[in-house]
Parts: sequence; structure tokens; C-alpha cells
Amino acid sequence: MNEEPVIQLRDVVKVFGTQRVLDRVNLDIYSGRTTVIAGGSGQGKSVTLKLILGLMKPDSGAILVHGRDITTMKRRELNEVRSHFGVLFQGAALLDSLSVFDNVALPLRERTDLSEEEIRQQVMASLIQLGLIGHEEKFPAQLSGGMKKRVGLARALQVQPEIMLFDEPTTGLDPEKTMEIYRLFYQTQDKYGYTAVIVSHDIPKVFNLADQVVVLNRGKLVAFNNPEEIQLSQVPEIQAFVKATMGHLYLSSDLE
Amino acid sequence: MIGKYLENIGGVTLYYLHDLGRMGVYLLRIWRGGIKRPFRILAMIRQMREIGANSLGVIFFTGAFTGMVLGLQGYYTLRKFGSEGLLGSAVALSLLREMGPVLTALMVTGRAGSAMCAEVGIMRNSEQIDALECMAVDPFPYMLMPKFLATMISLPLLTMIFNVVGIFGGYLVGVKLLGVNPGAYMTGMQQSVVNKDIFMGLVKSLVFGALIVWICTGRGYFVHQIRGAGYGAEGVSRVTTQAVVLSSISILVWDYILTAIML
Repeated sequence: MNEEPVIQLRDVVKVFGTQRVLDRVNLDIYSGRTTVIAGGSGQGKSVTLKLILGLMKPDSGAILVHGRDITTMKRRELNEVRSHFGVLFQGAALLDSLSVFDNVALPLRERTDLSEEEIRQQVMASLIQLGLIGHEEKFPAQLSGGMKKRVGLARALQVQPEIMLFDEPTTGLDPEKTMEIYRLFYQTQDKYGYTAVIVSHDIPKVFNLADQVVVLNRGKLVAFNNPEEIQLSQVPEIQAFVKATMGHLYLSSDLE
Repeated sequence: MIGKYLENIGGVTLYYLHDLGRMGVYLLRIWRGGIKRPFRILAMIRQMREIGANSLGVIFFTGAFTGMVLGLQGYYTLRKFGSEGLLGSAVALSLLREMGPVLTALMVTGRAGSAMCAEVGIMRNSEQIDALECMAVDPFPYMLMPKFLATMISLPLLTMIFNVVGIFGGYLVGVKLLGVNPGAYMTGMQQSVVNKDIFMGLVKSLVFGALIVWICTGRGYFVHQIRGAGYGAEGVSRVTTQAVVLSSISILVWDYILTAIML
């Protein structure tokens, strides 16, 4: 690939107590594409996401966004970088004290100079797009899991992010709601053309979304160019992960 | 054996030093957040309703009964020396200089401090604080500074209400129940209370207000990093208990320090 990656992880190490969660991890994320970070629970998927967002600092190594290392940045510079990011958190992370409308309007009110009328128009438009109309006065506690994620997505998309990060976007949702989230993902990526990083263990469904799949295993990242490759991996741990998440049916060797 | 023991002591010492440093930086960040525009007046007023106005009932009752019991105790003590007339000044001075600021602060810690700690802790655990940071919204001016200012404004006001109610509680018991001369109660109070007494109470309540909001929101803010707190609901409940205990102890310790300095 000739183009410059948007996000680069260079020899990133993160240690918690005695556990080396990330061990000299390298990863390139390219513009406009969808990268899926998979792996069993406790393997450091969410940690990787938090490192990219600058919510945690690595013990060593560099994390470059557009070629600039965010690990050494001051808070103000980091905020500038973050303004290109949109995040959908695992539990949607809506502010409990604000209504759906105010939650979605929050980034616009805090980060733009738009008038209240312009904000209302833009927020209502995205609430219509995400099928949330009629719920704008409700509070997060009154919403179902799937609806919360849609509100979270609407909020993240308000400032038209260049990079969207999804932390377990379908965890805790039934198959119907899961498909709905994926459908919205396609729709919104098509519309805004964002680079997507998805942390998920929803194997094999996320394979359909991915341009690049990386699997975290014992602190190491193994990259795969296409979903087929991962199924043919000879690494025992990855074979075990594939087996555990996808079942025997997907292992070509088993099919033969 | 000894090596391991020393290692443990070192580990615990380092942890507490780190915790103290973290809380110090936290306080500085709150203050820095306070001078950032826009000033969130509405958010602050909303917090004042939570912390101040909603605590009025509790303060009224504790104030009344503290004053009444001071009247009762004071009367029986002063009667031994035949100086029941001094009851007014005894009640007023005890309230203004000690009981008012300390008891108000303890009540606010229990009522509003615990709530603030749990609220911030839940926001941390459910990634709401992370979400704010990711939206490039600094949580310090956005949600912590309004709480800080609201507590600093509410606590002195609540203390003064506590004092006034307490003085009338003492009056009720001393004058109406035990028959102290009403004129003696009021004039005695007016003659013995000087500006310095009121000032002392005010300074105390300001310091206690800062302590409450600093410790309570700070414990909640660092719920994920506090040793032994655990995760989820359990973590928040442990940290809330810790915040209330720590705030209460600090209030009493600082009460002594401030009294020693200002007397």
C-alpha cells in the first residue's frame, strides 16, 4: 500500500501489574477503510482503543495519528486530534443527566459556534436518519440497549469525524438489533466516508465489514488481509480462537 | 520475611504518595477549569439546588436540635454558677465558632458529598467521562467546576442558616421552657459575639466546602484507580464510603488546625 496510514501503532507496550497486555504491537490503519480488532476477552482490545484515543498512555512505543505522536502531546494538542475522532462506546456512554436531544447536541454546543436553531435542525436530521424521532425528550435510562447505541452513534457523527472507533458495537444486543447496528454502520460510513476501527468479538459477522482484520493474542497482533486468511492460520492460539468463536463449520480443514 | 514486609510498607507508602499527588493535580485542574470560558452559571445554579437548597430541611432540623440541646446543657451547667443569663452568648458562640460550620459540613458530606461521589464514580465507570474527553469536552470546567463553586457558595449559606435556627432553638428551650430572661439571652449574645467569631465560622465553612467537594468528587473521579475499590457498583459503593469517611475526618482535623490558627 502506497498511501500513508492515518493511525500507526509503533512497538506499543502496555503492562498492567505483571500482565503484558500489549507486547511491542505494530498496526497501520488506512484512510477510508475498516479495521477490525478481534481477540478473546482480556486480550487488550479495548486497551488498544483507549490508547488510540489518548485516554491511556502506553508504557513504551508511539501512537501516530497523521504522523504525529499523541503519547507526547499536551492536552490541548490532544483535544485537537480528538476532534477528528468519533467514538461509540460499549455502553454508549450517554450522559445520564441529559435528554437524547441534549446528548446528541452536546458536541455541537461545546465545539462549534452554531446557533441553537442550526443545532436543532442538524440534531433532528440525524435523529430522523437513525430512527430516533419521537424519543428526543427521553433520558438514557428510559432507552433500550439498541436505542442507546443509536443515540451514541448519532452523537459521535455530529461533528463529522474522520475516524470512527467502535468499542464492541453489538455486545449485549439480540441478532435483530445487531443487524440494525451493522446496517447503520454501512449507511453512515457510506455517507460520511469515515475510517472505521471496530473492536469486536462478534465473529464471524464483523468479517463482512472488514477490509483488514487483526487478532490480538497474548499481547501480539497478527494481521490478516482478508477474513479467509485468519481461518487458515497455523498459529495454535488463533486456531483455538477461530474455533471458539466461529465453530468448526468455518474451518476449511475441518470441512474437507 | 523482613524483605517482604519492607516491600509492602514501601508499596503502600508509594501508593499513598501517588494518590496524594493525583488528588493535588486534580484540585489544580478544577481551579484551572474555573477560569475557562464559558462560565457555566446555569449548571452551577442547578448544582446549588442539589447541594444547597435540597439540604435545607436537614440543616434546619439539625440546627434546631443542636441549638435546643445546647440550651439545655448550657442552662444546667451555667446554673451551677448562677449565671443562666450567659446562656445566649454560650449558645451563640458555640454555634458560630464550632458547631455550626462543623455540623453543617458533616451533614452536607452525608447528604450531598456522598451523592456527588457516587454520581462522578458512575460517570467514570460507564465511560461518560471518557466520552466527554473524546468529544474534546474538558470534564473539569464542564461538570466538576460547577459542583465545586456550588458547594463553596452553598456551605457558608447553609452554615449561617444552621446558626440562626440553632440560636432560636436555644432560645426556645432556655427562655420558653427553662425560664431564662429573654432580654438577658439576647443582650448577652449581642454583647459577646464579635465580628471575628462570625468571620471564623465563615472561613471554616469555606475550607470545609472545598474539602468536601475535592475529596468526594475526586474519589469518584479516580474510582477505577483506587486500590481495593474493585469494579462496577461495588467499586462505587466502596469509594463513596471512603469519600464520606475521609471528608468527615478531614473536616474535624482542619477544624482543629483552623481554630488553632485563628484563635
